[in-house]
This record gives sequence, C-alpha cells and structure tokens, in this order.
Amino acid sequence: MKTSDKLWKDLLNGKVPEQLGQEVDQFETEIGLRKQGKIEEKVFAETRLRRGAYGQRYDNGQRYDGTESRKLPFADKPTKGPGTVWDAPGMLRIKVPFGGLNPRQLEVMAELAEEYSDGIAHVTTRQDFQLHFIHIENTPTIMRRLAAVGITTREACGNAVRNVTACPLAGVCHDEPFDVTPYSKALAWFLMGHPDTMEFGRKFKPAFSGCAQHACGLVQMHDIGYTALVRPGADGKLQRGFKIVVGGGLGPVPRQARILTEFAPVEEMLPLTQAVCRVFGKHGEKKNRNGARIKFLVDKWGIEKFREEVFATRKELREDPRWLGMLQDIEKEEEGPLHPPGQLPAFGGNDRLYEWVKGNVRDQRQAGYVTAAINLPLGDITADQLRSLADIVAKYTRGTIRTTVEQNFLIRWISKTDVPALFADLDRVELAAPGATSIVDVTSCPGTDTCKLGISSSRGLGGELRNQLVAKSYQLDEAVKGLHIKVSGCFNSCGGHYVSDLGFYGVSRTINGYKVPHFQVLLGGEWEHNAGSYGLPIIAIPSKRVPAAVDFVTEFYVKNRLKDERFHAFVKRVGKGPVRALLEPLNQNFPTHEADPGFYSDWGDPRQYSIGDIGIGECAGEVVSRYQFEMTAAERLVFEAGQHLDQDRLQAAGETAYAAFLRAAKALVQIQFDDVSNDPDEIVAEFKERFFDTQVFFDPFVGPKFANDFFAAHAVRGEKFTADTTHHRIAEAQLFIEAVHNCYNKLRSAPAPATKA
Amino acid sequence: MELQYLVAKIYVDGDLRIDPVSVVNVFHRLVAQQALPGVLVDVAELLHVPAGPGVVLVGVEADYALDHTSHHWGVLYRRKAPLAGTNADRIRQALQAAGQIARLLEAEFPGQLTFSRTDFSLTVNDRVLAANTPATFAATRPELEAYLQGWLGRAGSTLALLESDPRQRFGVRVQTAVPFDLPA
Ligand code: SF4
Repeated sequence: MKTSDKLWKDLLNGKVPEQLGQEVDQFETEIGLRKQGKIEEKVFAETRLRRGAYGQRYDNGQRYDGTESRKLPFADKPTKGPGTVWDAPGMLRIKVPFGGLNPRQLEVMAELAEEYSDGIAHVTTRQDFQLHFIHIENTPTIMRRLAAVGITTREACGNAVRNVTACPLAGVCHDEPFDVTPYSKALAWFLMGHPDTMEFGRKFKPAFSGCAQHACGLVQMHDIGYTALVRPGADGKLQRGFKIVVGGGLGPVPRQARILTEFAPVEEMLPLTQAVCRVFGKHGEKKNRNGARIKFLVDKWGIEKFREEVFATRKELREDPRWLGMLQDIEKEEEGPLHPPGQLPAFGGNDRLYEWVKGNVRDQRQAGYVTAAINLPLGDITADQLRSLADIVAKYTRGTIRTTVEQNFLIRWISKTDVPALFADLDRVELAAPGATSIVDVTSCPGTDTCKLGISSSRGLGGELRNQLVAKSYQLDEAVKGLHIKVSGCFNSCGGHYVSDLGFYGVSRTINGYKVPHFQVLLGGEWEHNAGSYGLPIIAIPSKRVPAAVDFVTEFYVKNRLKDERFHAFVKRVGKGPVRALLEPLNQNFPTHEADPGFYSDWGDPRQYSIGDIGIGECAGEVVSRYQFEMTAAERLVFEAGQHLDQDRLQAAGETAYAAFLRAAKALVQIQFDDVSNDPDEIVAEFKERFFDTQVFFDPFVGPKFANDFFAAHAVRGEKFTADTTHHRIAEAQLFIEAVHNCYNKLRSAPAPATKA
Repeated sequence: MELQYLVAKIYVDGDLRIDPVSVVNVFHRLVAQQALPGVLVDVAELLHVPAGPGVVLVGVEADYALDHTSHHWGVLYRRKAPLAGTNADRIRQALQAAGQIARLLEAEFPGQLTFSRTDFSLTVNDRVLAANTPATFAATRPELEAYLQGWLGRAGSTLALLESDPRQRFGVRVQTAVPFDLPA
C-alpha cells in the first residue's frame, strides 16, 4: 500500500460510480484478508484475475540468470495464488470497450503508468491497455483512479467476459450499414457481472464488425461475434440486426466461428447473448480448462444442437427491461466532428507528410473528414506521449480516440483541412511514424518480456523486424508493404499469428547441446474477411534468422506473384512447399556457441537462452540421432498434411497428420524402448505407460492436453475428415510435436555445465 | 508536506556516448548478483519508444534505469516502497541510490559514460502527495535548499520546477555552481 492511498480515496470520494467503488473496496478488503492468510490462495487468485490483476514472468520467485535458475530473494509472505509470490510485480489489464477513450482517460493512463508502472502504457491486441510491473497492493488505488474516469478493470482477466472489441472505424466506415459502437458499449456493460456469466469455465471474448468483408472486427476468431446487417422488416422499413457467430478462437488450435443466426434484430442482441452465456455457463467444460472455451462445447454438440439449446433457453429467459432500455435512443448516438469538413491541402513537397498520409490516413464515409492512425512501436506509448495525445485529441476532435487490435490508436473525425497541422503536432511528440497497418507495423504479444508462458521473445523479434523493415521501407515493393506480420511468444496466439500473412510463434530447439530460441513460421492466414482463414506452420527456424526468412519470403513473393495477386492467394497458388524449401537453408550451418554466442540468446535478451526451470530427467543415454531423425520425419509429415489440405485432399491430410502424431510419439518411446514396432496400438500403449501415466509428458501449463489430443486422434483413426476437423488435427499434431520436443529436452537435461542452458 | 516515492535522476554529462542497449547486459548481471539494495527482479528494454524510460532494472522496493525521458539521458533511481524518517532522509536515500548506480555504470563504461556532477533532478512520484504547482514548489523549496546546503556545504545551487505542466509530477531540477561528489 502507498502512504497516499487514503488521500486518493478521500479525493475521489463521490467521483467513483457507486457500484465500481464498492467492488474496489471489497477487493481492497480481500487483499488485506489474504495477507493475513484468511482467504484461500486459489480463491484469491481467481478474485484478483477477475479484477484484471494478472501474473507476470518470474512471479513464482525463480529466474534464470543466464547460467542457472535462481531463487529471487522475495520476502516471505502469503502468496497471491498458487506459486505466485506476493511482492512479485504483476500486470494489470484495463478494459477499454470498443477501444473508445477520451482525453482525460488518456491522461489518467499516463499518470498511472508513471506512478505505478515503468512509464509505459501498452495497447493490446484486444484494444485493452496493460500496465506492467504493478504491485498487487497498489491495484485498489489504480482501480479507483480509473473508475473515476469511467474505466474498469473488472473481468479483464479470469473466466469472464473479456473486453468487447469493435472495428475502430465503426461509425465512419464506407462499408458498414450502421455504427456498431453503441451496441458494443451496451453489450459490454450489460454483461459485466451478469449472473449468467459467473459460471464460465473459461474466458469469453466478444467482437463487433461493421461488415463481413474487412478485417477490423475479426469476428470469426471470437467466442461470439456480431456483424452488422440491415434487412427489410415486416413494415417494409429497413431493420437493423446482426449476424451472430459463436465458437471461434485462436489459442493453440484455432477455430473459425460458426453461424448461430444469420440475422437477429438488434432488439434480440442482448437476450440472445444472455442465452448463449447461460448455455455456456451451464454446459461448458469446467474441470479441464484446456477444453473449456465455448468452441469446445460447439464442437462437442455441433452447431445445430448448440443453436437449438440457445433458442430454447432464450424463450425461457425472464424479461429484462435493460434488453431494450440499454438500446434506447442508440441510433441517435453519434461521435461527430469538432471542425467543419475540408479539403486536403497540397503537400508542398513535404515527403514525410505525403508518406504519412498515404499509409495512415483514410477517408471517412462523411465527406471532408478522415481518420488518422497512430503507429505505436509494439503497442507501447510513453506517459508524456499520452498527455500530448490527449491535447491533440481535444484540439482536433470532440474528444474521442480509439485503440485498435493492431496495437495502434485511431483518431477519427479529422477535418481534411487539419491534416497537415495534425501531422505536425503528432510529429512533435514522435507519434507520426508512417506505415500504420503495413508490414512495418509488426504486432506482437508480450512474450518472454513479461508473460509467464512465453517461450521466445516475440517483442524482441517484433522490434527487430520493425527496425529492419523501417530502414528499408523506401525500397520495399508496394505489394510487400501491404503484408501483415504477427508474432506470438508461444502457441497461444495472443499476437494473432494464425491470422497474418506471415505469422510466427515461439518454440525452442536444441542445437549443439544448447537450447536455441526458434519461431515457427506460419503461412496461409488471412487478416481480411474478418480473419477469414488460419495459417499453418511450415517450418521452425532460429530466432536470429527470422529477419532473413522474412526477406527470403517477400523477395520470392515479389518475383513470382501474378499481377495484383495478394499474398494469401499467392501462397495458395504456389503452395507452401517451395516456401519451405526456400527457408530450409536457414536450418543449416549453425555456428558453434564459441563462434557466435549471440545465436544462442534471444532478441533483446543477452542471457544464454533457456526455457526455464527444467527438472532433471530420469533417462539418460538416449540415441539422439535416431530421435532427431524420427522428429524430422514427424515435422515433415505435419507439413505434408498441410499441403494435402491446401489441395482439398482432406482424407489424406487428416491421415498424414495422424501419422505425424505417431512418428513423434514413437521418437519419444524409442528413447526408452529401442524395439518399439510401427504398430500404432503398441506405440500408443508404450507412450501412455511411459510418459502419460507417469505424467512426464505433461505440459506445465496445459497438463495432459497434448497427449489427450494424440489419444483422441488414435481413437478415431480412419474417421471421415471435414475441412474443420482436418485443420484441427494438423494444428494438434504440430503442438504434439512441440510437446515431444519439450519432453525430450526435459528428459535429457542433466545439471548443466555453467555455460549451457 | 511528506515527500515519498522520490525519483532521483543524475544527468549524463554531455551526449550519451555508449549504445544504451549495452546497459541491458549490465542490468541482467546486477539482477543475477542481486547487487543493489532491495529485491531486483527483471530488466525491461524500452528503447523502441522515443524519449522513454530507456532501460529499466525493475525491483520491488525501487527501480533503476538509464532513462531518456524528455530526451535527456540520465541514471535514475525510482523509490517505490515508502520510507520512514524525514524528508531529508528520503532525499539523501534517493540521491545515494542514484549515485551508487551512476558510479557503477561509469565503472562499466570507463571514459565513455560520465554523469554530471552539477546537474540532477528530484521528482515526487505521487501526484496526491505533491501536485505540480508553484505552491508545492514554494512549500518544499526551503527544505530542499537546506538539504543541499547541508550536503554540499555551500550555497549556490539553482532550483527550478522541472515541468510547468500541472499534469506532470512535481519535480525540481537542481544545478550546482560547483561540482559535487556523487553521494556515497
Ligand atoms: S501468445 Fe503465449 S507468450 Fe504471447 S502473451 Fe499469449 S501466452 Fe504469453
């Protein structure tokens, strides 16, 4: 606690909305009780998560320092949750429904970043803010200061309804039939703390889109997604409504959402969503968190049964006046401009202004107005910049700005006449970087910088790619400039690697006896069409060689594309094989550790790379070359499965993916049992006995999930594959291979020599 | 007025002549050795944002940084946990801690990295304890001047508000007429 907490409480008395204030008071009390050991740690952990206070790397009190994993000398206090040290810095996630902010909110974010964090506010891939290195005891005051300006952290984490996202162009876009902003806002407040959302086994992410063809809302990758539509009603007048989809998601194995209803009139949006929540709360998985997202329930039941259940539940719901009350006069809500419409003045030879306008400025539907994107490096902004931005927003708009899922800001309703002055003002505070949403605008999750699950440094790689691409941006082909790069630190896909032209997620490999950070390269993902298709991994390459991989792929694309051919179509036409072949040399001729120790560390982190505290294995004396041989075959199989899928050979794709599972499992079994045959039943039995029953194979975060995927694939072998099930099987096989690598590393890690990870 | 959560920043003498990224390695080593007071947890490299926090060594009781806020490089100590004692005790503690990391970095980069012996700032990292107003400046000035007089043993320091924007934190820039020893 800070000595000023009481002063803040007094100062903000009457300014914090009553309900939010009560919740913060309650949380403050819970913190006190936990400190006295009067609340169970598991209960406190979920309580804190539901308030947005999340764990951060090293909060288990251990840290690898480049030679060994050491205990950090934290004071001995009750924990914040299982294995979570009280004083360890944590992250606070701050919800920003539809990304909408005003100048005062920006100022408060700046104050909090300075007083409690490291001076940086971070915009996330779901339009939230995150502050890092926060002490748990400071969170109640932070929450009060946020609540006083209408912001909450409630349910920003935990098994709850997360931030409701929406197209940042909503209300000004050419393609939308109507502005989804007020509906997204209504949904966010309707669902917050709603009794029907209290029983979720996992998080639940909603998103709104103004149209189906563009990417801004990304509804296809959300637990529930709403796309604006209009239809003639019974009275012949156009009626507003939504196409609603459910069960989409990224995560380790991505799913495209499925259609719940082609059209629900806006009046049905809240009750129907409530019904979805009730069904999910009642029937969703609770015990196994790896199968608890709504997508698994939709998978299990099929969309028809799920739909039936939702509509039956809808009929049973008790009438709630808020269903319509929260939508009252919604059509009149409009952001509107501060200044009259105008014309874009001549650039007068100002090349930087020209470049910025070309990349960051876009015409609104309303004549005479534009939107301007602010390209943030890795989603980060300083406190000083936030304050300046607040001034700029107040100067040129009616006090509104939005965060975007590409970790940027979007200022809307700029009179065209104001564009040069706006550029000059942004430039003064170094917020006028060109190339927003272009290839230089790399999106990245927190990765190993702060995330507990990070395997490789996604921010380090993202920053490096950004630097290298900015340096040569003037020479880049226009077709390349339009590509998206998204990086995640692990398979969980918070960086959105599945829906990017070029996606990367962190994995680790062993080279010359050292662990080396790698990234899986994914191709075939699509940002457009509301995240219309998901990419598949083609090859894992060392982190330090990823910039070269980006060069290889983009040059190949420029050289071989047909006129006006988009990258997604190009990959589909040429296939992933030639691209993989292009990248294979990057997996050869590794330098020795002595010759280039930097190769064995991660971007932005000079420590010898490690994947953390690995236990000492039971098995020694394995035949490494044989293992590597088998694993190479398994990786090849999974890649071939992807190729089959590309060519619509679903059965071959699914069966090859299953073969990849088997090969990887066999590679592991062989370490202990040389004579294992190729009989699938025997491989499964041996694998189960040696690695599953002993829990040796269990992942520290998802437990038996990867092994269960293998067993499930084995149980249904010979099944008829659909496009969906094939896609899942391939993604699961890839993750299983990663898990085999991790298990293998765990088994063979003996107490390391001083220089080895 | 109780001055808690002080941030002391001693500016780089002239231009920064090292690649700031090289400090990352030094900070990692300091974490490994737990070589500074308090629990040291992590290193945050934030050089990608302009005029930002630079490279931060994150601790529980305090952070240390090679900081670039306001486009002004300096070594920074940021107290996060409250401290008992008088305002003078807390000022001394913050300056000593900043002095310690300054000397340490100078030793890491001999001849390349030198911190000023005449120029530093003190900021109160808590807006409700000390708002950035002329009244706060007037109220704290005598105490600050007395401390400087006691520390430096001579008069002649100039004190100025660090930032005029009332939204900023309250801080003062101190420039001394004659060089001081980095506080030990
Ligand atoms: S993708 Fe992985 S590393 Fe990145 S934030 Fe998500 S869980 Fe963490």
